[in-house]
Amino acid sequence: MATVPGCFVVTPSDLSALFGILDELGYRTLGPTVRDGAIVIGEISGISDLPIGITDEQGPGRYRLRDGVAGAWFGFAVGPQSARAHLSPPERPLLEIRSRGPTLEFVEPEHHTERTALFGIRPCDLAAMEVQDRVLARGPHPDPRYVAARDTTLVVVVNCGVPADTCFCPSTRTGPRARSGFDLSVTEVVDQTDHYFVLEPGSEAGVEIVERLEHRPADRAEVNAALATTEAAVEAISRSLPEQLNGRLLAAADHSRWDEVAARCLSCGNCTMVCPTCFCSDVRDTTDLAGDTATRVQVWDSCFTLGHSHLHGGSVRADTRSRYRQWLTHKLDTWWDQFGQSGCVGCGRCITWCPPGIDLTVEAAAIVGGG
Amino acid sequence: MTPLPYRVTAKRRETPDTWTLDLEPVSEPIATPRPGQFTMLYAFGRGEIPISVSGLPGDGAPLRHTIRAVGNVSEALCDLAPGDGLGVRGPFGTCWGLDGAEGRDVVIMAGGIGLAPLRPAIEHVLVHRDSYGRFAVLVGCRTPGDLLYAGQLESWRGRFDVEVEVTVDSADPGWHGDVGVVTSLLPRIPVDPDNIAVMMCGPEVMMRFGARAMVERGVAEVDIEVSTERNMKCAIGHCGHCQLGPKFICADGPVFPLSQVGPLLAVRSL
Repeated sequence: MATVPGCFVVTPSDLSALFGILDELGYRTLGPTVRDGAIVIGEISGISDLPIGITDEQGPGRYRLRDGVAGAWFGFAVGPQSARAHLSPPERPLLEIRSRGPTLEFVEPEHHTERTALFGIRPCDLAAMEVQDRVLARGPHPDPRYVAARDTTLVVVVNCGVPADTCFCPSTRTGPRARSGFDLSVTEVVDQTDHYFVLEPGSEAGVEIVERLEHRPADRAEVNAALATTEAAVEAISRSLPEQLNGRLLAAADHSRWDEVAARCLSCGNCTMVCPTCFCSDVRDTTDLAGDTATRVQVWDSCFTLGHSHLHGGSVRADTRSRYRQWLTHKLDTWWDQFGQSGCVGCGRCITWCPPGIDLTVEAAAIVGGG
Repeated sequence: MTPLPYRVTAKRRETPDTWTLDLEPVSEPIATPRPGQFTMLYAFGRGEIPISVSGLPGDGAPLRHTIRAVGNVSEALCDLAPGDGLGVRGPFGTCWGLDGAEGRDVVIMAGGIGLAPLRPAIEHVLVHRDSYGRFAVLVGCRTPGDLLYAGQLESWRGRFDVEVEVTVDSADPGWHGDVGVVTSLLPRIPVDPDNIAVMMCGPEVMMRFGARAMVERGVAEVDIEVSTERNMKCAIGHCGHCQLGPKFICADGPVFPLSQVGPLLAVRSL
């Protein structure tokens, strides 16, 4: 059978060599690993660190790990963490300020960017990286450390064959198959008789990695099998986000649904912590005990906190209704005005990790549908 | 995100809780601000807040900021003494449409500390007086003791080419001026809706009522500018705090034509 240009087949035992290759190329590898009952993003040095044979059950306010298809490398959906923590860490020093007599001296901390391979991130999270690029890297004031981290990150994306109940990427057009933005794309094909990976390099670095792996050109049947896995994922996904929400949610700022959702929302901010595109940050100022050196540290913030909108005289968004409305209208509506796209990539984390299980797809549909 | 070191050269108490600081750079200055822009002022160990420029540097004048001590950082800034160091970043944001207002009448309406970001605009119009038509400055504050720049207001009021009106919300019998909200001064001002530029800064409720009154007199929303305020941490559109619907006040504002933010300011708790 004819081979398909640009597509290669690698066996599981041969793909195990990837981690050593990435190490030789000077990358530290971050990827999916099990910790505290969840699949998180951690350091990966070999296949023993991967959640092989494990799957997840997700639903509104629910996440559990259990045994999945034996031997499958990627039989699970996204866990609570995305690439966001790697590219803009939850806490990072901004400045050291030294008081020299009456004069202040501002010193930026030394910043070392480590070449990193993000292995096994999903198409929705790759899309989220591009969403955050528009905020932090492509505006008039690019964040130099975000840009440095982005420029030294190699992306090995894994297309999804086993979506979670909370996924809705087909409706946001961000998955389950990545189309661009990766160095290497991997699709796992696993059934009773076969287990192999179809690799597609998306950059010169990806080509080099494939060349270093034991591989052979993929034939049409193998590529079709890879496409069938993501097509099956599309079929398995039942949730969807209404289209074209720009200009429609904020216009319904007085809708009674905001009161209903506010009665359930705990204002805990979990949704903003697991969201791969949320970018709000705060700064913390402290001084040392001697009082002559101060530090500024940037930390993730959430629009669900009272302090987020604090002004003298009180907070602008003093109740949960206004904070949930801020989050949802920004994510799905005003993000378009600001950045020309939606702030939602359909990963479903905010549904899974919401303690009362609020589902933004349901809320958005109720608000724009008049329900 | 790194401030430049500045020091305080002089300090004046404007009202019981408001101070004006004159600042000079320790070495390199920030770019020259335009009227309406703001900077981020850093107080050692306490934090950083957005403060409007209340006096432009140049021709021997220092960079000036007028600060009301209402929080942790603003109190620390107001506690600084001449010679003390602080950090300045900026300038940031949009400016008053003074170029577009040339040839037209100008009405400035300020409430409380809202006079601070308007002072450079007033000074600009007075310096380039022949470039503008009729000029009115309407100022409101809570009590006579809360009036900013009282001496300067008196000297402007002594000129024949600007109408300056001051009103207070409440006063002791010793006050012989106007009592009432600042919008109550509007009927005194002649308004030619086709040839006017209105600039407002003050509490949002004041700007809503002031804007409504001007719109009722036929002024187009695009000719009414308002300066808005929200929590800010970064001033470069990254921290997410200053959003007003689709707007980042730090970058898209703080000065907006009413046509852009009028409906947003009308949404409660946005």
